[in-house]
Amino acid sequence: MSAAQPLVEVEDLSVNFVTRESNVRAVNGVSFTMMPGEVMCMLGESGSGKSVTMRALMRLLPPKRAVITGKIHIAGQDVLAMDDKALRAMRGATVSMIFQEPMTAFDPVVRVGDQISEVVALHRGVSRREGRRRALDLFELVRIPSAERRLDAYPHELSGGLRQRAMIALALSCEPKLLLADEPTTALDATVQIQVLILLRRLQQELGMSVIFVTHDLGVAAEIADRVAVMYAGRVVETGPVRDLLRNPQHPYTAGLLASTVHDQPRDQDLKTIPGTPPDMRRLPPGCSFAPRCARAIADCNLAMPPPVSPEPGRIVRCIRVSQPEFA
Amino acid sequence: MAMTSFAVEENDGRDRGGPRQPLLTVQGLKKHFPIRGGIFGRVSARVRAVDGISFAVRKGETLGIVGESGCGKSTVARLLMRLIMPDAGEQIFDGDAVGERGGISVAEMRRQVQMVFQDSASSLNPRMPVQNSIAFGPIALGTRQAEAIGMARELLVKVGLNPALFGGRYPHELSGGQKQRINIARALAMKPRMIILDEAVSALDKSVEAQVLNLLQALKRDLNLTYIFISHDLGVVRWISDRVMVMYLGEVVEIGPADALYASPRHPYTRALLASRPALDPDQRREEAPVSGDPPNPINPPAGCRFHTRCPHAEAVCSARAPMLSAGGDDAHLAACHMQDPSSGHSQALRH
Amino acid sequence: MSTAVSDTAAPDAAELALPTQRGYWGTVGYRLRYDHVTLFFGALLLLIILAAVAAPLLAPFDPYQESIIRRLKPPGYQDRYWLGTDELGRDMLSRLLHGGRITLTMGILPVIIATLIGGSLGVLAGFAGGVVNMSIMRVMDVFYAFPSVLLAVAISGAMGGGAVNGMIALTLVFIPPLCRVAETATTQVRNLDFVDAARATGAPMHLVVRHHVIGNVLGPILIYASSLVSVAIILASGLSFLGLGVKPPDPDWGLMLNALRQAIYVSPLVAAMPGIAILITSISMNLVSDGLRAAMDVRS
Repeated sequence: MSAAQPLVEVEDLSVNFVTRESNVRAVNGVSFTMMPGEVMCMLGESGSGKSVTMRALMRLLPPKRAVITGKIHIAGQDVLAMDDKALRAMRGATVSMIFQEPMTAFDPVVRVGDQISEVVALHRGVSRREGRRRALDLFELVRIPSAERRLDAYPHELSGGLRQRAMIALALSCEPKLLLADEPTTALDATVQIQVLILLRRLQQELGMSVIFVTHDLGVAAEIADRVAVMYAGRVVETGPVRDLLRNPQHPYTAGLLASTVHDQPRDQDLKTIPGTPPDMRRLPPGCSFAPRCARAIADCNLAMPPPVSPEPGRIVRCIRVSQPEFA
Repeated sequence: MAMTSFAVEENDGRDRGGPRQPLLTVQGLKKHFPIRGGIFGRVSARVRAVDGISFAVRKGETLGIVGESGCGKSTVARLLMRLIMPDAGEQIFDGDAVGERGGISVAEMRRQVQMVFQDSASSLNPRMPVQNSIAFGPIALGTRQAEAIGMARELLVKVGLNPALFGGRYPHELSGGQKQRINIARALAMKPRMIILDEAVSALDKSVEAQVLNLLQALKRDLNLTYIFISHDLGVVRWISDRVMVMYLGEVVEIGPADALYASPRHPYTRALLASRPALDPDQRREEAPVSGDPPNPINPPAGCRFHTRCPHAEAVCSARAPMLSAGGDDAHLAACHMQDPSSGHSQALRH
Repeated sequence: MSTAVSDTAAPDAAELALPTQRGYWGTVGYRLRYDHVTLFFGALLLLIILAAVAAPLLAPFDPYQESIIRRLKPPGYQDRYWLGTDELGRDMLSRLLHGGRITLTMGILPVIIATLIGGSLGVLAGFAGGVVNMSIMRVMDVFYAFPSVLLAVAISGAMGGGAVNGMIALTLVFIPPLCRVAETATTQVRNLDFVDAARATGAPMHLVVRHHVIGNVLGPILIYASSLVSVAIILASGLSFLGLGVKPPDPDWGLMLNALRQAIYVSPLVAAMPGIAILITSISMNLVSDGLRAAMDVRS
């Protein structure tokens, strides 16, 4: 495969949830591309649209209520044009997903080993016996101790960390090119979270897959991401390489988020905060959605959504207070 | 400083033992939850949620309690409020034993100690306007309805919400941060001296979390409050706490001043917890996890030191004997580890 | 001033733009207004109840007035027998209207009484827990073990027929399931943090229950009770059909169905009428209670 071919291309993706009472504009024009083998973190607070974007990529949203517009291409295929059969083929084989709560991914009354072997047998067309052998390999891949014995466990018999590893094994069973991870470490204890993060990083390197990792935690993003996309009110307000973005945030929201994350600040001073609350997604302001909370806002911010500017190569910011340097 | 009429001046009138007497002393607190099985509901096992812990909270300080799920930190909060009854242990509030002859009753204690819960959604009555939720406690204890509602609206101002806009709303019309402000206002309505905050900011977004933390600090200064702050977030606990207590499987493994504990943790578990925090710097990523595996099940905790199954320094003595909390030089900073005790027989024990 | 207020005291646009304040019942009402199915069947139900209440005014004839010459006439017979006549020549419309009074009473009154008794027992069991819960719920389980039809027949059979005894039998049948629903709802609410928070204020138990528990369990109990009304109508009709409830010649829908059974080949339309009345009433009741359930689930 040529390195120049992007694995994921998303252009002007919008998702509206339409109900009788309201029209929630959960995602408003998200665009990004991802190269094979890249790890991108979608960083944002609850309601920023990060999980909805993720589910839109797999078309996991309720088709009647969620209106998806824009363009999603994964591995050269148009996801929004797929029929049910093509979707089923894509889910699991090209793209698979892990969730915050692993219990939702498993049937509680079937042994985890049987569930994984069944998926393998179904997708690969191999025998159940071969599937089980593959399940054992996967359990060893995700470093589950006493893998053979754990294959015969029911989901509730596994501890939180092991359950998360088992779900990762299930997601990797068909060697996806793209793994979507929706806050997979948020519900875990601190000492277990770091284990799972390190595991995911190693697996990503060993298998060379791309990962989109949704999180609200800057620390998690710093541990795992190559690139970070910061979402606010359904839009990507800033993207860039993880180092540059964390050391020198350009968008006022990213800067505010970094400053308000509690991390060894002096105890005798108040924490820096972003005042106010995120906007109501049913009635977004016409201009920059962050302007009402922004200390640097000027009158022009409320006119229109700021166009993307690129202050440095590889970085894109949607803020009119950030200037585009003249390229020689 | 412009204070509303809701200042808690009489706090000082309730102070009995003077500033040096701890506001709360807990000795040997214990709670085992029975697990019943079979048709006759016989006890088949016990969850050792809190297994004999002792600590003190000084007047005006914030004691942080950290630990992972199953360590018993939330059970401690509910035991202190007597929402569940302890199996053993004594609780002394400003010199008075709680719920014992010659001491103060549980109801009197509850008038001085309040609690804020983690789940801001389930901790407000969905069928009640929020100002009525705030006023419920005072009304139940005899304040007139109009007066209590008026006070509730002053409290809304105090927690940064406009009463004209928010007083009559129902919980589902508020965001998570707003609901948590209401919960804080409800606790303040009882004019408490101590507030137990059980993961009070854990469910909030980071930018909102910082707002609520600043609010808590400001309220503490204004109203002379004492906090017990329970959280799994080590960064937040460090910022807000004067002293920190680390729990593991129902026991206290380390307690000490926040700065000392974070700068030089004495217990291997505390060290592991601190080292497990993600670095905010992509160039300092963790390559190895500090400890492996999950915390064991509190139903059958390991014998001896409960951390020995995951501890990188574990030796024979660790599984044989449970270590006691000991000072090892600094009386304010205690840790329960055989390596702290020169006579324990552990090869890496401190030599004095 | 402290930072506590300065952080957020300036009410930003986002806060002002929050949805208008409707309150809990306001939201429920707003949703019902747009639920056309529920509105239609609610109106139908209201019509049926009003018709039954006003039966003496509306009925064109005396429902007990027999006539040998105009037995089993089809609907539209003569100018004012719009729905025809039954096997004894009594006007069907008048009998259906008057029958509605008895049938609806048999359907609604036992449910109301059972809701009061069963609901209170359930809330008590759920909130008190422990031994109290055990003793109440095990007794309920014993009753629960019998199929409701069998139990109703057994009780009213033992007490002898008659409308009052039938209603007592139905009340006894409905107490256990209502108690079970109330107990489940109370146990769920009791474990929520806001009940703990209310207890932590040191407020006496009866106030905690009255202000924080009752309001939150009333919804599920009332919804379940409203769905029981249709069961009660059918059971009451069943009892009358078996000769255990209302005695002839009183016009009860179930009894009428039984009496007209033999006429099914002679005048099928007339014979089906009491059945259709039961069907429409119970379907309306069910759909309305379903609609209420959906509208009252605010968090969805």
